Amino acid sequence: MKNVRRPVEVEAVVEENFKIKTFLFKDKLCFKARPGQFLMVWIVGVDEIPLSISRIGDLCSVTVAKVGEATEAMHRLKVGDRFYIRGPYGNGFREGGGYVAIVAGGIGLAALLPLVERLNASNCKIDVFIGFRSKSDAFWVDKLTGFINGKLTISTDDGSLGVKGLISEVFRGYVKNFKPRYDMIYTCGPPAMIRQVFQDCKKMNYKVQASLEAYMRCGIGICGSCCLGPYRVCSDGPVFSNNQLTKMSELGIYKRGPDGLKIPI
Amino acid sequence: MINRKYNGFLDVEILNLKFPNPLILAAGILGLTAPLLKRVVYSGAGGVVTKSIGLKSREGYPNPTIVDLGYGLVNSMGLPNPGLKMFIEELEELKGLKVPLILSIYAFSEEELMTMGKIISKLKAVSAVELNVSCPHVGGISEIGKSPELVKSYVKTLKDNLSNKPIIVKLTPNVSDITSIAMAAVNGGADALTAINTVKSMVIDIETGKPLLAGVFGGLSGPAIKPIALRCVYEITETLDVPVFGCGGVETARDVIEFIMAGAVAVQIGSAIARRGLRVFREISIELKRFLELKGFKSLEEVRGLAHRR
Ligand SMILES: Cc1cc2nc3c(=O)[nH]c(=O)nc-3n(C[C@H](O)[C@H](O)[C@H](O)COP(=O)(O)OP(=O)(O)OC[C@H]3O[C@@H](n4cnc5c(N)ncnc54)[C@H](O)[C@@H]3O)c2cc1C
Ligand SMILES: Cc1cc2nc3c(=O)[nH]c(=O)nc-3n(C[C@H](O)[C@H](O)[C@H](O)COP(=O)(O)O)c2cc1C
Ligand code: FES
Repeated sequence: MKNVRRPVEVEAVVEENFKIKTFLFKDKLCFKARPGQFLMVWIVGVDEIPLSISRIGDLCSVTVAKVGEATEAMHRLKVGDRFYIRGPYGNGFREGGGYVAIVAGGIGLAALLPLVERLNASNCKIDVFIGFRSKSDAFWVDKLTGFINGKLTISTDDGSLGVKGLISEVFRGYVKNFKPRYDMIYTCGPPAMIRQVFQDCKKMNYKVQASLEAYMRCGIGICGSCCLGPYRVCSDGPVFSNNQLTKMSELGIYKRGPDGLKIPI
Repeated sequence: MINRKYNGFLDVEILNLKFPNPLILAAGILGLTAPLLKRVVYSGAGGVVTKSIGLKSREGYPNPTIVDLGYGLVNSMGLPNPGLKMFIEELEELKGLKVPLILSIYAFSEEELMTMGKIISKLKAVSAVELNVSCPHVGGISEIGKSPELVKSYVKTLKDNLSNKPIIVKLTPNVSDITSIAMAAVNGGADALTAINTVKSMVIDIETGKPLLAGVFGGLSGPAIKPIALRCVYEITETLDVPVFGCGGVETARDVIEFIMAGAVAVQIGSAIARRGLRVFREISIELKRFLELKGFKSLEEVRGLAHRR
């Protein structure tokens, strides 16, 4: 049963950059996961946190940015160490055909990579727009270049790699004068970025699927910790489309802490 | 879809409040925000109980906070909530809700309860208050619910400071004689009771040999506790003439019927949402209606307390 915590062994660790590592492991249920689904990952004695499945196959993976206690503990894991998972949870992305754009901010790419892989295999044309804070934060640029047959646009806040500026703005500038239309825009990243991308896309009548984040406890849709608008990110999401996104007035404005209090973003 | 006739079929009036059906959202399940509570109502719930709210905010326990055993859940959320003052924002948004809104509260002292009672008296959106003296994994709360003296005293304090709103007291099964606690609540001024909160329990992780939940102890809910909850409802209604909301392991219409036959006026539903989703309210309503028609009952009232016949 997917809700039972099961141990997995770290088969390999890939250091993606100075603060991001990928942990590979084998798991039968993850093998059947859909792109965009996530796991609740328990690091014994520390915490249990949601992480996207960043690779689906004989070897699966999670890709983790070091931001606090649990992710730091995760980063200390070596080949042969074990951690616990339950899931896969959530709906995942709906895969369509045609011409699509991927708009990612930083670690948000983790949720999107398996999707890019699938879309590529089904002969979609894919343009990727990816933003990092700075050159040292960049990762998977080579991987993406190998996967996509469309255009790859990179931006950094300081201009140290690719275009200078926020990726949401770079994307807006591009898509505004873009002639063939995208059939779908997939996005994942910081909530403020997603808000911007969604608002721009809505104006231009583009269909969007956005993978969102919220504080999570149960992962199975009963505790209410992860609410965004009238939705539970864990079980109604984490991927939401236009109609649902419209009902989340707080998206990118505030999030809720463990106590349910609103925290401005 | 629920049509008019069918709604009338299932509706119940308790404490002068009209519930369109007897399926009420249990405390602590999704009840943290107004938009989610509204969605539960649109999904067909006959009433909703909020998350238990305290005077001050609480972060709750760190993860892991839940274990799914298949036959039930063990949770040790630790009563995370934004505190009454901030929760008023959500309650304001819930004015005009189509079904009764029951505010669940807890307090660590009678002083806190006094303050809360005064504030809640002014809240128009709140139809009734459910006093949680029974959360098994938060020290200071579970103790109240185990002592008849404390229960009576707490309920009386709330009664004295709350105007115009009925009081429901939510009981713990973690006592040897639930009827004596129920009686104490009624003597303190409770207008109704909810039975039961979760059963104190724990889970050990055999890989590490340690308690799995960060809060060590948790509360068992779901199908595993239904027979316990039924027994509690039966025992209470055997001696006391007070409306009792049955709660614990309701997943199907059969479960609802069992609770009503045991003497409950309505049921509260929590853990079933994890397995059946929010559709559970509408689906059980339909199943319930079918059962009543099949057996020739004209209302739930005809079913109530049947198990007590001698
Ligand atoms: C569906 C989903 C998928 C995610 N996928 C990834 C991923 O693939 N890679 C990755 O690096 N990060 C991912 N995250 C974010 C990741 O869960 C947090 O970075 C992590 O929980 C931080 O924990 P910490 O103890 O290291 O940091 P802390 O110092 O505890 O917290 C840092 C921030 O992380 C967030 N956070 C902490 N605990 C939780 C929790 N239980 N649930 C949700 N957010 C929490 C809070 O916003 C907090 O402000 C995902 C989050 C969600 C909701
Ligand atoms: C995740 C979770 C959180 C809960 N939070 C509360 C709470 O805040 N206050 C309360 O009185 N009961 C709380 N409960 C108990 C439920 O309201 C209910 O009494 C119990 O779960 C039994 O019903 P069920 O089997 O339908 O879930 C919680 C239960 C769960 C599973
Ligand atoms: S994490 Fe509990 S409802 Fe989503």
